[in-house]
Amino acid sequence: MNIKPEDIKIILATDCGSTTTKAILIQKTGDEYRQTHRGEAPTTVEAPFEDVTMGVLNSVAEVAELSGRRLISEDGKIITPANGNEGCDIYISTSSAGGGLQMMVAGVVRKMTAESAERAALGAGSIVMDVIASNDKRLPHQQIERIRHLRPDMILLSGGVDGGTTTHVVALAELIAAADPRPRLGSGYKLPVIYAGNKDATDAVKERLEGKTDLSTVENIRPVLERENLRPAREKIHDLFMEHVMAQAPGYGKLMTWTHAPIMPTPGAVGSILKTIADRQGIEAVGVDIGGATTDIFSVFQSKFNRTVSANLGMSYSISNVFAETGLENVMRWVPFTMDELDLRNRIKNKMIRPTTIPQSIRELVLEQAVAKEALRLAFVQHKEFATELKGVQQQRTIGDTFSQASSGATLVNMSTLDLLVGSGGVLSHAPRMHQTTMMMIDAFLPEKVTRLAKDSIFMMPHLGVLAQVHPKAATEVFEKDCLIYLGTCVAPVGEGKIGKDVLEYEATLPGGKTESGTLPFGSMKLIPLGIGEKARLKIKGLRGFDLGEGRGDSLDQEVDGGVVGLVIDFRGRPFRIPEKEADRLAKLKEWMAALDVYPAEALEKLIGK
Amino acid sequence: MAHAYTPGLKVTKGTLLRKSRILPLKGEVLVKAGDAVEPDQVVARTHLPGEVMMVNVANQLGVPPEDVAECMIKKPGDSVEDGEVIGRAKSFFGLFKSEAKANMTGSFESVSFVTGQAVLRGAPIPVEVKAYIHGKVVEVIEQEGVVVETWASFVQGIFGIGGESHGEIKVACTDPGQKLTEEKIDASFEGKIVVGGELVTAEALRKAIRVKARGVISGGFNDKDLKDFLGYDLGVAITGHEDIGITLVVTEGFGEIAMAQKTHELLCGLEGKTASINGATQIRAGVIRPEVVIPFEGTADTREASTVAFTSGLENGSPVRIIRHPYFGNLGKVSDLPPELQVLESGSKARVLEVEFPDGKKAIIPRANVELLED
Repeated sequence: MNIKPEDIKIILATDCGSTTTKAILIQKTGDEYRQTHRGEAPTTVEAPFEDVTMGVLNSVAEVAELSGRRLISEDGKIITPANGNEGCDIYISTSSAGGGLQMMVAGVVRKMTAESAERAALGAGSIVMDVIASNDKRLPHQQIERIRHLRPDMILLSGGVDGGTTTHVVALAELIAAADPRPRLGSGYKLPVIYAGNKDATDAVKERLEGKTDLSTVENIRPVLERENLRPAREKIHDLFMEHVMAQAPGYGKLMTWTHAPIMPTPGAVGSILKTIADRQGIEAVGVDIGGATTDIFSVFQSKFNRTVSANLGMSYSISNVFAETGLENVMRWVPFTMDELDLRNRIKNKMIRPTTIPQSIRELVLEQAVAKEALRLAFVQHKEFATELKGVQQQRTIGDTFSQASSGATLVNMSTLDLLVGSGGVLSHAPRMHQTTMMMIDAFLPEKVTRLAKDSIFMMPHLGVLAQVHPKAATEVFEKDCLIYLGTCVAPVGEGKIGKDVLEYEATLPGGKTESGTLPFGSMKLIPLGIGEKARLKIKGLRGFDLGEGRGDSLDQEVDGGVVGLVIDFRGRPFRIPEKEADRLAKLKEWMAALDVYPAEALEKLIGK
Repeated sequence: MAHAYTPGLKVTKGTLLRKSRILPLKGEVLVKAGDAVEPDQVVARTHLPGEVMMVNVANQLGVPPEDVAECMIKKPGDSVEDGEVIGRAKSFFGLFKSEAKANMTGSFESVSFVTGQAVLRGAPIPVEVKAYIHGKVVEVIEQEGVVVETWASFVQGIFGIGGESHGEIKVACTDPGQKLTEEKIDASFEGKIVVGGELVTAEALRKAIRVKARGVISGGFNDKDLKDFLGYDLGVAITGHEDIGITLVVTEGFGEIAMAQKTHELLCGLEGKTASINGATQIRAGVIRPEVVIPFEGTADTREASTVAFTSGLENGSPVRIIRHPYFGNLGKVSDLPPELQVLESGSKARVLEVEFPDGKKAIIPRANVELLED
């Protein structure tokens, strides 16, 4: 990139998702960068187009139309540099189209080096198709068959601490050599394999894999058991991704010549921005990006960054799989009307085969949001299982640890210490009302105690993640001013209560000194309006059996932040249970939806009657 | 001007079709350029390396890996039988013998003196690629396969199950709005590709299998029946490998949806002709749509003039089908294209269009929820 950051005034960025390509325009006005316009169009990697740049140009054309700025030349290229009312100074892009980067990883021990390899791959923005380990209970010929069948874009091989035994990792190399894996795209080139294991085994691994594969070697991702060293492997994955995978996918060769910086895999970009927020503010954060094909979850707990990709949980291509995994009952428990199973199944399958359609009626919207809650919930379960402390590490254990059965490998995810929950992805970002986004996030993630909620305003975290690589100032400014929309704060006491028995007493001192106080029976929710930038002092009297801060019976007295939706007190209990009796369930759903003003009152009445 | 639209599936009376028939690994091409080929004709052949089994020789013999070399009886390239001794070790002054045995019949490929494991490989697995359609070989790709070309009528479906097949077209539903039920299928449908209407029931599909029909083309199919039929809930739409005894191509979607008039007329007009059918579907990452190909002899004048949806976009008068509830499956013409975003009943703001239905009624529909039909 030849232009100096301070000379950049007009930035065009795209994200090529599996379903839609989104373009945004960022303009410098005065001293600050602001996102001004946005456009989108269906992604065009598939037949009959098979050229991702068509969808890019369509989305950019929409931005051009809305901004009144000419961005595409007569011969169908993006105009750079900016000149008057034409063109942009830089054009950058992220991508998860074509299924993104799909890898297999292999390590000696499933819960140690193999898991570290999985983390390296996920952190690089990849989908992990399978994890092969010496102790994964499959027979060698089954592992070989799996490697042959899957056709990954690349393989990451790890195993053994430096100076340790070499036998097992060399056996894995032999397995890969015997399988003779074929890449997914482009039959004419060798499959990239990255070796990131015991350095003492490098020569033996080379002997077995060089010639059959395009082998690279990087530093051991687990040089000692107590430490992961993921960066070298992640960087190598990204380089190979650009060189091999992107170059093969339809139209990417052309797109790569258009961008002023390397194209990043979308999840890599989103993760980088979330980690930036968490580090700058010193908080624990969870971010979710629910797309058409996959749901990515990112978390920062105890300063450790983790990412999972639930590759078959999403709202269009994968919507049928959400349904298959969670089941009809789990979806319908969120829906305040009855529906014939035949009808419901057909609607979901029709969304799968025509993924770019949108809900027109309120009924369709409620149904989609119910499926979204389940997709998010399932993806989060997978994330919690994965985001754990390093396994295989000797730890000092106290007597208390022994009795509590805590062990290395426990989940890092702690909803009680979570400070910020950020949602993005079409169904969250494009919900007609932010109250709906708030409700989906609370119902799916069940935050505990005090948690701030935000959404990515129009899904620009990927764009800002890649922009941060070339213009951190612009990326940060736009992020803080335009990207995050704070929805408010959710306060949820931890504990189980009895409907009709437990009652919570609260008092909120709002800006201007006004107070709002009252009681809230167990099983209910309350929304207190509190705007963006506003703060309130919230007091909740300690209640036996419920933890609001430091322990059961503890009271709450702290400042909380507002947002577009406001302050939500969720007294439905943690763990959370929906009433099983149909009449009770419908009544409670209606009550919660009304309390949070999720749907227009007339629409809600139309759905479930008075 | 950018439009948000969903381009329609291809349904055409005449197009010059090319199909690449390629081996997964290099092999032998059995035909040459200019040859006429039939659907069942093998055009290329290769062998996949056989199944691999590992034998932990070091463990079986009780020796360290580096000592395995001197114990081996078989060497790379030797053939082996299942149970045959491939290595032997003696211990305790030759009194005790331990043996390592082959766990499959095939060949001895290699042994590692680092891991002590031997690699055995089973017999090569033959792989053949057939022509799939009547046509002419127009290109030979050395050691990989061929391109077969033919003039054909072509119908693209939205979803399918089952793989490549072929047979004569036979109409079971004379109206695109009829249901294809069990009683409409009899023994005369053996070897045929059945043309249905708005829905094929699970019972009808089972009957079609019993009478050995080759394929079914239907406007709609219920997902509940799909689950019953497959025996599992289809989570991710990657199909084509189901071993179910028939190929199904759904042209409109899930539920009761009348087959598009043009599609039904086209197929009825081709009754008796041989068609090739493939139910393979992949919705993401390199979309594959199920298809029906009906070859015929043609010339350069044969190609049907048709507007190609993705170059022209939506315009007033464009014929469309609505692909989401409400009005799912209804046909109409675009009567207005307001540029500004409008608020839908769901509360979302979206670009919309106005559709006029055949009865004169009009409705506002999000542009994302219509499919452009070719005239």
